[in-house]
Amino acid sequence: MKDTVDSYVTEDGRTIGGVMMDMRGITLRFGGVEAIKDISFDIREGEIRAIIGPNGAGKSSMLNVISGFYHPQEGEVWFRGEKRPPMKPYQVARQGIARTFQNIALFEGMSVLDNIMTGRLTHMKSGMLAQALWMGKAEREETENREAVERIIDFLEIQAIRKTPVSRLPYGLKKRVELARALAAEPKLLLLDEPMAGMNVEEKEDMSRYILDVNDEFGTTVALIEHDMGVVMDISDRVVVMDYGRKIGDGTPSEVRNNQDVIDAYLGVAHD
Amino acid sequence: MNSGAIGDDARSIPHLLARNVARHGDKPAYREKEFGIWQSWTWAQAAEEIDAFALGLLELGAQVGDHIAITGRNRPALYWAMVAAQKIGCIPVPLYQDAAVEEIAYALDHAGARFAVVGDQEMVDKLIDAQAGNMTLKHVIYVDGRGLRRYDHTAMSSFADTQAAGRASARRAEMEALTQARTLDDTCVMLYTSGTTGRPKGVVLSNRNVIATSRNSAEFDRLRAGDEVLAYLPMAWVGDFIFSIGQAMWTGFCVNCPESPDTMLTDLREIGPTYFFAPPRVFETQLTTVMIRMEDAGRIKKAMFDHYMALARRVGPDLLDRKPVGLLDRIRYRLGDLLVYGPLKNTLGLSRVRVGYTAGEAIGPEIFDFYRSLGINLKQLYGQTEATVFITQQPDGEVRSDTVGVPSPGVELRIDDRGEVFYRSPGTFEAYYKNPESTASTKDPDGWVATGDAGFIEEGSGHLRIIDRAKDVGKMADGAMFAPKYVENKLKFYPNILEAVVFGAGRDRCVAFINIDLNAVGNWAERNNIAYSSYQELSQHPRVLDQVADHVNAVNASVAQDPMLAACQIHRFLVLHKELDADDGEMTRTRKVRRAVVGDKFNDLVTALYDGSDTIATETEVTYEDGRKGKLRATLDIRDAVVVNAARMAAE
Repeated sequence: MKDTVDSYVTEDGRTIGGVMMDMRGITLRFGGVEAIKDISFDIREGEIRAIIGPNGAGKSSMLNVISGFYHPQEGEVWFRGEKRPPMKPYQVARQGIARTFQNIALFEGMSVLDNIMTGRLTHMKSGMLAQALWMGKAEREETENREAVERIIDFLEIQAIRKTPVSRLPYGLKKRVELARALAAEPKLLLLDEPMAGMNVEEKEDMSRYILDVNDEFGTTVALIEHDMGVVMDISDRVVVMDYGRKIGDGTPSEVRNNQDVIDAYLGVAHD
Repeated sequence: MNSGAIGDDARSIPHLLARNVARHGDKPAYREKEFGIWQSWTWAQAAEEIDAFALGLLELGAQVGDHIAITGRNRPALYWAMVAAQKIGCIPVPLYQDAAVEEIAYALDHAGARFAVVGDQEMVDKLIDAQAGNMTLKHVIYVDGRGLRRYDHTAMSSFADTQAAGRASARRAEMEALTQARTLDDTCVMLYTSGTTGRPKGVVLSNRNVIATSRNSAEFDRLRAGDEVLAYLPMAWVGDFIFSIGQAMWTGFCVNCPESPDTMLTDLREIGPTYFFAPPRVFETQLTTVMIRMEDAGRIKKAMFDHYMALARRVGPDLLDRKPVGLLDRIRYRLGDLLVYGPLKNTLGLSRVRVGYTAGEAIGPEIFDFYRSLGINLKQLYGQTEATVFITQQPDGEVRSDTVGVPSPGVELRIDDRGEVFYRSPGTFEAYYKNPESTASTKDPDGWVATGDAGFIEEGSGHLRIIDRAKDVGKMADGAMFAPKYVENKLKFYPNILEAVVFGAGRDRCVAFINIDLNAVGNWAERNNIAYSSYQELSQHPRVLDQVADHVNAVNASVAQDPMLAACQIHRFLVLHKELDADDGEMTRTRKVRRAVVGDKFNDLVTALYDGSDTIATETEVTYEDGRKGKLRATLDIRDAVVVNAARMAAE
């Protein structure tokens, strides 16, 4: 693990920049339950950062803290060198952070295209009246946004389902549409909550390829929660390991793999 | 129709391109759906893109005679790459994009390709894998750079960058001189035949081959500027090269490329091509989709569809062939067109089709007639790579599902005494690349090429009918031609019949084994309240046997109409008590019947068919999917079929 703030170049030639998001001493409680206990870690510009851990470790809660959905009782969130005040999720989205959900959260009755268009919301500036009448600026804006959406459709190779209602799609494609919607926001930081859950090997390979391509092509920083260790070890630059709300490991995939605490957490240890 | 020599201004594809720019420079030449919108290029714009890429190739060091491998899905950029290669005297070698790495490696090595132009990362990866052994490739150019950012770019560049380098190049005069030096005898393209046996062979086609064939076939079907085609079949297939480059360049029609392979049917509907080619599989899939959707339609719609389709089947093909049809039927057909045929054709994307072709394998008569009855001018052609596609094709007004048409303009046909079809034409290939032995054994000194197919020319109509692969055709005891697959295919067109095996080589008459299709017959049994507990029981049900007997009699009647094949009528048949199965070695994994194995294994049944018994008790060993073996005992009925006397038929 590199501790310096300077940027460095990975083995495969990507440049990882300085710290983008710094979580300092985060503690999150739900009543008496401590979901996250005093966790600190950072996410660097341009990297793929994985958060792993057994069920109930607090991974999704951590992602929700980053996306502004939960507000930690203690600790600070620093984004690009500034301490972030408590924010609403839409304000976080405006800062350039987009996410997908563990349980797909798409508009089932709408077409794929319309679903992805909603991801452009933060880029639409014209007023409601102008949009309703589709005049002047609104028309221009829609054309621009549609163009951006079409580029994403092309990128994720979902042209054939452009006009299909989401409810008719198989699970794997819904996951891809959700990724498309998150990408439509042109995020600087992309949060993926179990992007490969429930997929078969081939779908997982495809999704891994898309995540790598997004990172490579748009320079998007990615933080993802994933259970498939093969995938995590293959695509991530650094891994945070959580267990019972605590951080038990942090480092490159190989460092984490050899960490005794991590092995214990995953394989279980005899308590005597 | 065969209008003499080819002009000097048409001696190569780049020359035709220049002619198109002069004749219809501002008309669309290429379209591709990208980002949800059809992007289009006029002939003038396309010529500029091609020039830029040709110059780019020159800058990269391409030399006259270099082979340039091209692979990827159908995209204008790849078509331009082919023409650009020709402009500077290089030879495009399109390769199948789904080919295995070893096949690509073989072709690259065999052709000695120094450059490759490919679609995307997937193809780049394949080339890198294929080149692991030896590096003949000097440079790779890709169209879509996604995922390639971090690849080593010392011997790789994007299509756009290559063009940019070309546009900045000062060697334009040199390029034009190279184009002017092209002659009709230069190689136009080299295509690898997939070859069912042995190594693929590189078929060398000259400018003369391609341009003469394109001209003749375009005139045959009156293709013209303003026609639209959808380019979706593999670029490495000779048909796509002739349709999307040869004929497009000759006539100046517009080539449309789909957005992605999955969107083909949507894109087809949006473009509404006027000239359309598809293998039978595509037509079958479309028909099945229509039928399934009609099953779900409301009662009124369903009734309307059934009524008008019955009318269409009765008068549609005649109307298309301009044969006399009663006034009342004409009016009713027009009404049907308004209510059913028109909307249906629109849904299929075939509203505007003026000329449609299918080829490659036999198309079921019902499928073929369905499209014809809707007023879609679907025709058949017969061809191969070595002939630059066209050997025979069906002229308008003489279309039938059981022939492949009359010799294409400029093609001479000959049938040898074994029944094998030979041809000689302006499209006859130059040679197999670096393989003079194969060239000599395929093409004789007079230019006649063996097709490997057995067939005959129908008396009266002059149409060619293909029977079978020549090596599968045998002789009966009296010397008559024995073409089992021809008869089997006719039987298999019936949905009830899954497989048929005809015996008769060296015998005095033919007999057959039939396999029923459990889905179709089971469905029928259910609807008719016929109970059965096993495949074996259903297969021997008297009413099933009656049905099969009707099919066999109908096939006999149809076979008897060909004097040459009349001896192949089925005299006796039985319905097998088990499905022929690859696990039992009775079929290949690609579901082709192993005639010899079946004949051996069921030797007792074959004997019974010939010795006149009415029933036969048999015991068969079967292999279950988990490898266990079991025995199957059955008593099979043997039925006599109605055999039509060929001599009497001929006399009538």
